[in-house]
Amino acid sequence: MSDPMAEIRASFFIECEELLEALQDGLQTMYDGEGDGETVNIVFRAVHSIKGGAGAFGLDGLVSFAHRFETALDEVRGGRLDADANVLKLFFTCNDILGDLVRESRDGVEHDQSRIDPVLAELDALLGGTPAEADEPDEPIEFEVTSLDFDLDLGAAETDETEDAGDPVWAVKFQPSAMLYANGNEPLFLFRALRDLGALTVTCLDNDLPPLADLDCEHAHIGWDMRLATSEDRAAIAEAFDFVEGLCTLDIDQIGGDLAIPDLPDLSDLSDGSDDAPLDAAAGTEVVTRAEPEPAPAAEVAPAPTPPPVSPKLEDAVAPAKDKPSVASAAPPSTPRATVRVDLDRIDRLVNLVGEIVINQAMLSQSVEAAGIPPNSPVRTGLEEFQQLTRDIQESVMMIRAQPVKSLFQRMSRIVREASADIGKDVRLRTEGENTEVDKTVIERLADPLTHMIRNAVDHGLEQNAVRESAGKQREGTVYLTALHRSGRVVIEVADDGAGINRPKVLKKAIEKELVPADSQLTDGEIDNLLFLPGFSTADEISNLSGRGVGMDVVRSSIQALGGRISIQSEPGKGTTFSISLPLTLAVLDGMVVRVAGETLVVPLNAIFETLAVTQDDLRAFGPSTHVINIRDSFVPLIDLGAELGYRRPLDDYSGGVVLLIGQEDGLSAAVVVDAIEDQRQVVIKGLQESYGRVPGIAAATILGDGQIALILDPIDLIAQASGLTKVSAPAPAQIAKPKDVVNGARS
Amino acid sequence: MTDPDKTPDKSTDGSAREYLSFLVGGQDYCVDIMQVREIRGGAKATTLPHSPSYMIGVINLRGTVLPIMDLAGRLELGAETDTERNVIIVVATGERVVGLMVDAVSDILAISEGDLQPPPDLPADQQRSFVSALTIMENRMIRVLDLGAVVPHSDEEAA
Repeated sequence: MSDPMAEIRASFFIECEELLEALQDGLQTMYDGEGDGETVNIVFRAVHSIKGGAGAFGLDGLVSFAHRFETALDEVRGGRLDADANVLKLFFTCNDILGDLVRESRDGVEHDQSRIDPVLAELDALLGGTPAEADEPDEPIEFEVTSLDFDLDLGAAETDETEDAGDPVWAVKFQPSAMLYANGNEPLFLFRALRDLGALTVTCLDNDLPPLADLDCEHAHIGWDMRLATSEDRAAIAEAFDFVEGLCTLDIDQIGGDLAIPDLPDLSDLSDGSDDAPLDAAAGTEVVTRAEPEPAPAAEVAPAPTPPPVSPKLEDAVAPAKDKPSVASAAPPSTPRATVRVDLDRIDRLVNLVGEIVINQAMLSQSVEAAGIPPNSPVRTGLEEFQQLTRDIQESVMMIRAQPVKSLFQRMSRIVREASADIGKDVRLRTEGENTEVDKTVIERLADPLTHMIRNAVDHGLEQNAVRESAGKQREGTVYLTALHRSGRVVIEVADDGAGINRPKVLKKAIEKELVPADSQLTDGEIDNLLFLPGFSTADEISNLSGRGVGMDVVRSSIQALGGRISIQSEPGKGTTFSISLPLTLAVLDGMVVRVAGETLVVPLNAIFETLAVTQDDLRAFGPSTHVINIRDSFVPLIDLGAELGYRRPLDDYSGGVVLLIGQEDGLSAAVVVDAIEDQRQVVIKGLQESYGRVPGIAAATILGDGQIALILDPIDLIAQASGLTKVSAPAPAQIAKPKDVVNGARS
Repeated sequence: MTDPDKTPDKSTDGSAREYLSFLVGGQDYCVDIMQVREIRGGAKATTLPHSPSYMIGVINLRGTVLPIMDLAGRLELGAETDTERNVIIVVATGERVVGLMVDAVSDILAISEGDLQPPPDLPADQQRSFVSALTIMENRMIRVLDLGAVVPHSDEEAA
C-alpha cells in the first residue's frame, strides 16, 4: 500500500461501491415508481462518476460499458426515453454488469465479453437502433468537465434563492487565474462559503471559453458572476476569498437592497496595508492582486459540516439521517454524514481491548468481594459505576462494527433478478429495514445462507406465473426481505407469497428418503422442520437454482454458527416465512454462570426461560433411563448437563439441583439440570472453533474473573443432541465415561 | 546435551536449522524452533466435552483460548502424563496455535539438512505419520515431529 497510485486506485474502488449502491437505490426508487427528475440525475451521475474514475485509471472495458449505459440514462434524463418496467429491468442488468466490471477491474480479472455484448445490443436497440457514439477520444474531456460535481451544488444553491427582502444584494465577480487551480483551490468551496452568508445565485461566465480545439486545459477560462443577498458586510464576503487572494480577480459590489456605503475601512484591513492592492476607483471595486500566493487548503474555507451527534445509540442518530428518501445517499457532499474510514484491524484491536477490560473488571470485582469489603462501601459503589461505564464503552465499540444490512439486501435483489429470469417467473423483491445495523461479521457470514433462502423462495416458494393467475393471485410473485431489531436481537425474515409448504409432499418425501419412519404422525410444525434435515430437497426436478446438494440444513447450521436460530411459518396458499434471529454482536453475551460436576459453564441468558429448584416430587420417571419434570402441569424432558457433556454419570437423586428451562422459537424445550447457579454476568466470547474446532453442545468459550476458561453452552444444539439419560440403572454408553476415556469422532 | 563445539560448526553449514528437542513418553522428539511460540508450565485446563482422549482441554493464554494436547497420548506412547508438573510447548502450525504437553524440554539443536534421514516405512506403527525425519545426536535417535499431522485440522466441522 506504499504505492500512492495503488492507494488512490483502492479508494476509487471503494468509492465505486458507494456509487453502485446509490445507483441501485436510484433504480429501485424508479422501479417502485417513486422516482423524480432528481433520481434520474443521481443514477446518471453515479454511472458517470464511475466512468470518469475508470477513465483516469485506464480501465477501458469499464469505461466503454459505463459510457453506453450512461448514454441510455441520458436519454431518460432528457425525457427522450420513457423508463418503463422493461427499460428498468435492462438498467438493472446493466447495473449488475457494471458492478461485475468494477469488481473484475479491481481484481484484475478479464471481463466476460459474452455477458456484456447482448446487453449492449439491447441498449442499442433501446436507443432506436442508432448505435451510441462511442467516441473514445472525447471521453476524458467530458469527464473532466462534469465530474466537478458542482452542477448539483448550484442546483441546491439556486433553491436557496429565497431572498430576504431586507438584505442588501452584492454582486460578486470572480475570475480565477490558472494559479488558483494550480494551488489546489476549488471554486466550489468558495461558493459554499458564500452560500452560508446568504442567498446566492451563481452564473457561469463562459465567454472566454475558446473553441474545443484551442482549449488550453492548463488555463482558467471560466469565471463566475454571483448575486448574494446577505446582511453581512463586504469584509465578510471578501473573507471567503482570503485564501485565493492574488490568484483571481475579484469584484465585490453592492447593487441593491439597503444602500449602505461600502465599508471602506474594511478594505484597508483586507489588504493589510502591506502590499500593492490598488483600488479600482472608477468601478468602485477592489481588485486584489496580492503577489504572494497563499496555498492554504481550500477545504478550510468550506464551512465545516456539523457532524451528527455521536451517541452510543448510533442507530438513533443514523437512522433519521438515512430514512430520508434515498436521494440522501447520493446527495451532494454539502450535507455529508461525517464518517471516518478506519482499518478494520484497528477496530478489532479496540474490540479485543474492551473485551480485556471486561474480563479485568470482572477479576477486580471478584477480588474486591474476596477481600470482604462491604457492599455499600465507596470501593464497591465505585466499582459498580466502573462496571456501568465498561458496559457503555463496550456497546459503543460494538456499534462501530455494526453496519446497515443494506449492502446485503442489495446483493439479494440481484439474486432475485437473476433467479427469476432463469426460471421465467415474475418476481419482485420488497425489502424493509435496510438500515438495521448488525455486526459486520454477521453480515458477511449471512450472505451465503440468505442467498440460498432467497433462491429457495423464488424457486420453490413461488408458483409459476400461470399457476398464480389461476389461483387468483397477482401474476407477479413477491419475496419480502425484512430486517428489524427485536429484544436485543436482529430478526431477518425471508417471506414469499407463494403456495406455502406442501406438507403431504414433504412428509412423503421424508418417508421416501427414510428420514422419518413411515408411520410417523407429525404436527404441521414438525413437518415444516423436516426441511432442515440433511439431504432434503422437495423440487421434483433438480433445477439450476437450488437443489445442488446444499439444503436448508446447511443454512441452519451456518445460522447456528452465528449464534442464531431459524424457524418457519407457512400457510397453505398464502406463503412461507423463514425467520432468522441473530445476536447483535458476536463479541459479548449475557450469560448465567453455572456449575456442574465441578466444571464451570456459561449458559446464554436469552435461551433460559426460567430457573427453578428441583424437588423429587416434580420428577417423574418416564422411560427406563429418562425423567420428565412437572412444571406447572406440563411435562418437560429432564437433561443432565453433566452427563450430556460426559463430565459424570447420571445421578441417583437430582433434588437440590437447579433446573434451567430452555426454549426456542419453535417450541422445543427441555429442563437442563445443573448443580448450582453462580452468577449472572456479561462474558466476552472467545471463539473455540478457530483454535480447536466445533464441540457439540458448546458455542464458544470465555475467560472468567479468575482467569479460567469456561465453556459457553449452545443450549439448542445440546438439547437437539441430548440422550436424555438421567438414570444410573441404564447401561452406560461410551458418552458417560470419564472425559479422558471418550474416544469418538465427535468432530466429524 | 550437544557438544558446544559442534554447534557453531553445524550452523556454518547454510542448510542447518535449529530444533527444540524434548522428552515425551521417555523418547526424544524435536520440532523446528521457528514453529515454537513459547514454553510455559502446566496449568489447570478446562475440559472439552466430547473431545478425543489426548485433548487435555483449553487454557487461557493471555486472553486467547489455547487447546492443550497430551502429546504422549496423541503419539500413543501410552505414558500417563502428570498435567501439573509438565511443560507446555506452544507451537504454531499454519493458522493454528496449540499447546503440546511434554515431559521435559531438553535442548536446542542445530541440525543440517544432510543429517536428517527419512523415517522407515513400518506399516504397523501409526506413529510413522507423525515423524517427518530422524536424526542421530550423540547416539540418541531424535524424531522430528510432523506438526501438521499431529495437530488435527479443524476444517472437518459440520459443513
